[in-house]
Amino acid sequence: MVTTVQDSSAQVVRGPATTTSPPARRRKGPASRRNDTWVAWLLVTPALLGFGVFFAYPMLRGVYLSFTEFHILTPPVWTGLENVQELIGDTRFWHSLGVTAYFVVLSVVLGVGVSLLTAVVLHRLGVGTTVRGLMILPFLISGVVTALVWTWMLDPQLGIVNQLITWITGEPVMFFASDTWAVPTLAALNVWKTMGYNAVLIFAGLQTIPATIYEAGRIDGASEFQMFRSLTLPLLRPILVMVVILNVIGSTQIFDIVQVSTKGGPADASLVLQMYIYDKAFGQFDFGYAATMSLALFLMLVAVTFTQMRMARAGESDTN
Amino acid sequence: MTVPMRLGRGVAWGYLVVVLLVTIFPFYWIVRTALSNNFAMSTDPSSLLPVDFTWGPFQRALGLASPAEAAAEGGSGASIDLALALWNSIVYAGLLTLCTVVFSALAAYAFARLQWKGRELVFGVLLTALMVPSVFTLLPNFVLMKDLGLLNTFGGMILPGAFFSAFNIFFLRQFMLGLSNEVEEAAIIDGAGPLRVCFRIVLPMSVAPMATLTLLQFITTWNDYFWPLLVTNDESVRPLTLALAVFKQSSPQASLDWAGLMAATLVAALPMLLLFVVFGRRLVNSIGFTGIK
Repeated sequence: MVTTVQDSSAQVVRGPATTTSPPARRRKGPASRRNDTWVAWLLVTPALLGFGVFFAYPMLRGVYLSFTEFHILTPPVWTGLENVQELIGDTRFWHSLGVTAYFVVLSVVLGVGVSLLTAVVLHRLGVGTTVRGLMILPFLISGVVTALVWTWMLDPQLGIVNQLITWITGEPVMFFASDTWAVPTLAALNVWKTMGYNAVLIFAGLQTIPATIYEAGRIDGASEFQMFRSLTLPLLRPILVMVVILNVIGSTQIFDIVQVSTKGGPADASLVLQMYIYDKAFGQFDFGYAATMSLALFLMLVAVTFTQMRMARAGESDTN
Repeated sequence: MTVPMRLGRGVAWGYLVVVLLVTIFPFYWIVRTALSNNFAMSTDPSSLLPVDFTWGPFQRALGLASPAEAAAEGGSGASIDLALALWNSIVYAGLLTLCTVVFSALAAYAFARLQWKGRELVFGVLLTALMVPSVFTLLPNFVLMKDLGLLNTFGGMILPGAFFSAFNIFFLRQFMLGLSNEVEEAAIIDGAGPLRVCFRIVLPMSVAPMATLTLLQFITTWNDYFWPLLVTNDESVRPLTLALAVFKQSSPQASLDWAGLMAATLVAALPMLLLFVVFGRRLVNSIGFTGIK
């Protein structure tokens, strides 16, 4: 609930893993068996309550609200598929969906690419924990801080980055204030914030690959690049799939960086979906429609995640 | 080593240095800006050192500077009660983390170490929460908080995340499944009941993963923006992330007090940076660990 995008998205991916985990196997003394059931229910009660009240109930309510006209102060009125019809004809919704997709593609391609390269370089150079530690510094600070610092550094007049750009090209780049640059800039900020975390995840995956495999490769005369392509990449596939899914889900729900830096502007150029949902709900108090949009976003996320997992599995059977 | 190999290593090191520089430079820039005179900065924006060194921005950010002093250094009229926001963040992130880790550990124990009817079913039901992104439950939860009259209270901020976290339960259960039975069985033979086994044996043995979760949960809650934004609009409970955003939005766009803003940002990020200094190594390892799981 009150977890960040990254955390909640992590949950989505890890779900299916349980089905393969072995059930608890243990024999217990007959003396304790008697008490276990009520103690167990006692211990899971807080979690069950939290699940019911703050997850299951809101979820069902969210589905219900999606089909109502609801302005918070008066009770919701059932309107059937009216919201869905409105959604289909809402050009601003489709625009924001496009913006979100553009942002996600840029973030994920760039982010996972750079993270992978960084992780491999860290691994091959045998760099210690300290450097990896420095890499995760941006993970520790909030999206708000990220947006503030970069807004300042990219400021057209006084920002240090634009000082440098002006010195080289003669004119500043309007990073946040131009139609062309707003989304790529936001994606770059997102990559800056998540790169280290992803690199550490991928690095951990690299560590599970036994060194002997590389030794064998070297004896066979494989080059560094060949080894990367035919040893590292296939062996890293599971963790890469996880990182990609994490990043897709995380960046689809991007909000804080956008809200603090561009607020969706200029002229809706960076109006990501979550920004639009927030605006509908808390700017125009159109809660029913906002709920419809979050339902749509949820369904799309499920579809995308499902497809990615299918693709990952299909790929697996190819290589094995 | 062959020449191309040495060349490759050189390129790799070069790449690493660039990445590190891009990662760390913004942090330096926060410090540099926060120690500059906001007026003087506009005359020498590319100086790599603080311009006209002063503690003024920190005094402004913490509300210690008089209006005249603030104006003299280019501060805007806007101010935030940073100390209050800091306290709010500590209460919010601290309580939520404490509750969620404790309750998750209790549930994880029941799922991992106790035999009871319906265990797999209940666990399976709870795990469905892993599949739903938070965006979908946020709006209805806001409505619920409003119905309960909990807007602008710590209760409203903390309750939804306090009792249940599917990931935390899952993570701790996995760890507890791997614990050996011997100590536990000895205790049971000595007549210890399941609660006693839980608190005296299993939980103490699970301190390490609980610490990891505490750390990760605290960081994510501390940095969360969307949920506090929904349920609070009052300064008395507003956490740092929100206070910072409000501070920026409330200052006039034309003459933003960047020095003051960066000072406030630094104060906001400081607790996380402290955590990093103390737990950096553990953090790196635990991120890797959660990935492998």
